[in-house]
Amino acid sequence: MEIKVRLFATLRENRGKELMIKIANGDTVNQIIAELNIEKEEVAILLINGRDGLLDTPLKEGDVVSIFPPVGGG
Amino acid sequence: MYGYNNKVLRVNLTEKSFKTEALNLDLAKKFLGGRGLGEKYLMDEIDPTIDALSTENKLIFVTGPLSGTPTPTGGRYMVVTKSPLTGTVASSNSGGRWGAELKMAGYDMIIIEGKADKPVYIYIQDDEVTIKDAGHLWGKYTSETTEILTKELGDKVKIANIGPAGEKLSRIASVMNDLDRAAGRSGVGAVMGSKNLKAIAVRGTGKVAVASPDKLKEVVASCNKKIRENGVTGQGLPTYGTAVLVNIINENGVFPKHNFQESSFSEAEAISGETLADKYLIKRVGCYGCPIACGRHCKVDDLEAGGPEYETIWGFGADCGVSDLGMVIKANFWSNEMGMDTISASTTIAAAMELYQKGYIKEEDTDGMPLEFGNAEAVLEWTKRMGLREGFGDKLADGSYRLCDSYGVPELSMSVKKQELPAYDPRAIQGQGLAYATSNRGGCHVRAYLISPEILGLPEKLDRFSLEGKSTWVKIFQDLTAAIDATGLCLFTSFALGADDYAALYSAVTGIEITGEDVLLAGERVWNIEKVFNLAAGITPAEDTLPKRLLEEGITDGPSKGNVARLSELLPAYYAERGWNEEGIPTDERLQLLGLK
Repeated sequence: MEIKVRLFATLRENRGKELMIKIANGDTVNQIIAELNIEKEEVAILLINGRDGLLDTPLKEGDVVSIFPPVGGG
Repeated sequence: MYGYNNKVLRVNLTEKSFKTEALNLDLAKKFLGGRGLGEKYLMDEIDPTIDALSTENKLIFVTGPLSGTPTPTGGRYMVVTKSPLTGTVASSNSGGRWGAELKMAGYDMIIIEGKADKPVYIYIQDDEVTIKDAGHLWGKYTSETTEILTKELGDKVKIANIGPAGEKLSRIASVMNDLDRAAGRSGVGAVMGSKNLKAIAVRGTGKVAVASPDKLKEVVASCNKKIRENGVTGQGLPTYGTAVLVNIINENGVFPKHNFQESSFSEAEAISGETLADKYLIKRVGCYGCPIACGRHCKVDDLEAGGPEYETIWGFGADCGVSDLGMVIKANFWSNEMGMDTISASTTIAAAMELYQKGYIKEEDTDGMPLEFGNAEAVLEWTKRMGLREGFGDKLADGSYRLCDSYGVPELSMSVKKQELPAYDPRAIQGQGLAYATSNRGGCHVRAYLISPEILGLPEKLDRFSLEGKSTWVKIFQDLTAAIDATGLCLFTSFALGADDYAALYSAVTGIEITGEDVLLAGERVWNIEKVFNLAAGITPAEDTLPKRLLEEGITDGPSKGNVARLSELLPAYYAERGWNEEGIPTDERLQLLGLK
C-alpha cells in the first residue's frame, strides 16, 4: 500500500514537499512521522484527506496526509 | 496619570482651530481605551443616522493605554468613525510606529470635526499643532506623500495619510501609515478624504508614564517568554508571516476561489507563504515594540514593497483565479499606493469577474481589459483604475455590494453588511460563519478569529463542522478581541497570551488593578455599545447574516464539499449567550448589568 505525505513550512527542510510512502496494514501516522524523523510535538495540524486526523488513525491505500508545524496568522 | 496621557486633541477643520481637553477617565476605565473608548466618544458626539461622508461625521484617531509603552506590540492605534461602506460604526486598527508616536507626543486621541475648504494636513510636534496647506500633496500616492512630508519635516516624523482613493471618496479607502501599514477596513480613508484631510504628521519626544516600572518589566518578561515559546508567535509568524496560512486553509478545502464559487485552489502552492519566502522575501519587519515581526518586505522585478499578507494574497490570488505571486505582490503594492483596503479591493474585482462571467458586465464595458478570472494583468490594471476611479474603475471603487446591486444581483457580493468577507469559506468552519454574520463592522475575520480553534487548534482543537459550543466560543473571542483592541496591543499576541496577561500588563502600566474577568467585561461593553450604535443607525439584526450562496449552496469541491453555513441553527443560541432578546437586540437588563444604561 502507498500513501502520499504532504509537508509544509519548516517540516520541508531536508525532507521535501511531497513524498510517496509505502505502508503496511495497520500503520498509522505515528509510523510515518517516525520514519520521517518528525517529533510528535512538531505536528500541530494533521489532516488526512483534508479532514482532522489523529496520530493513531490507521491509514489506507491512497490516503493523503498533510502535516503542519505550529503556524498561524490572519 | 499613568498609561493614559489624559489629553484629547480636538481639531475643527471648518474653523481651522484646535484645542486640547482632559480625557474622560471614567469612560477610559470602563472601555479601557482604543476601539472602545473612541467608539464611545463617537456615539456620544454624532447622530448615528448621519451620512458617513457628510461634514457631521467625526474621525477619531485613538490609542490605547498600552500604546507607546514597553509592552509587547504596544504601537497600535484605531481609526474610529461611522463607516461609509457599511453604515455601522467603524474601527480600523493599524500597527507600525505612528500610534506610539502620537502617544509620545502627549495625546490619547485626536477627534477631527468639520471639513477644510481646501486640502490640508495636520502637523503635531508634541504640544505644537498646525493645520497646513496640502495642495502639493493632493493626488499623490501614499508613498509619495510620505516621502514628501518626511523630506519637509524630517525623518523622525511619522506619517498617516490617504491616497487617491480616499480623496475620491472610495468607500473602500484605507488610511495608510509608516508607508505600508494600513487601517484598512470599512472605508475610513473616505471619511478622511471627505474632510479634505490628506495626512497627519506626528513627532513625539515624550515618554508615556508607567505606574509600576519594575512590575511592568517583570510582566513584560513573562509575556515575551510566552510569545517566544509559542509555536505560532515564536516560529511560524516570524519565519513565514501570515502567508503561511495559504496551504493550511487550502488543504482544508476552505480557500475560496472565483468569488466563492469553488473552495480549493489547485495552484495554492504557487502563492503560498513557503513560495513567498523562497522567491520574493527580502526581509522581515516588526512594528513598534513587537517581538513577533510578522511583517514582510518582498521584491519582484524592480519593485520592493511591504507585504503581502495572507488575506491579500488570497484576494488578488485565488479569489481572482491568479496564481502569479509576483503579480499579487504588485497588486498589493498598488492597492496600498491608492490607499485602498486590499481585502475589499481584491474581492470587488473577483465579484466583477463573476459578473463578467455571467454576462452582467459586457466586454464593451471593460475599457479593453476584460475581467476574466485568472487574468493577472487585468487584476493589476483594475486595482489602479479603481483607486483613481478611472472609466469602469469608478463603478468598482465603492465595493462589491454596490457594484453587484447596480446589476440587480446584490447576492453575488460575498459580503456581510456590505463589507467584503476575507479568506476563509465559512460553510465548513461553522463558528467562523457565526462570527462573520454577527460582526459589528460587517465581513471581517479579526473581530473573532475562530480559525484559531477551528483550524489551527489554538488554544484547543474544535471540530470545524460541528455547532456544539460555537456560540459561546464566538462570544468569548469577540469580547476578548474587543478588549485587546482597546488596550492598544496587537491581536496576534493572543495566540500566546490570555485575558489574565492583558490584565497584568494593564494593571502595571496604569496602576488600576484589574483581572482577566474585568478585561472580558470591558470587551463585552465594547461589543454592546457597537451593537447599540448600529441599531440606532438603522442596521437591523436581519443583517446578521451571510451571502445566500454560503447559506444555500454547498461547497462544490474538495474535502469540505457539500457543506453550507448553518447560521440559523447558531444565531438563537448566540443571542441568548449575549443576554440579548430573541430578535438580537440588547436588553435593558443586560445593558444595565454592564453599566451601559
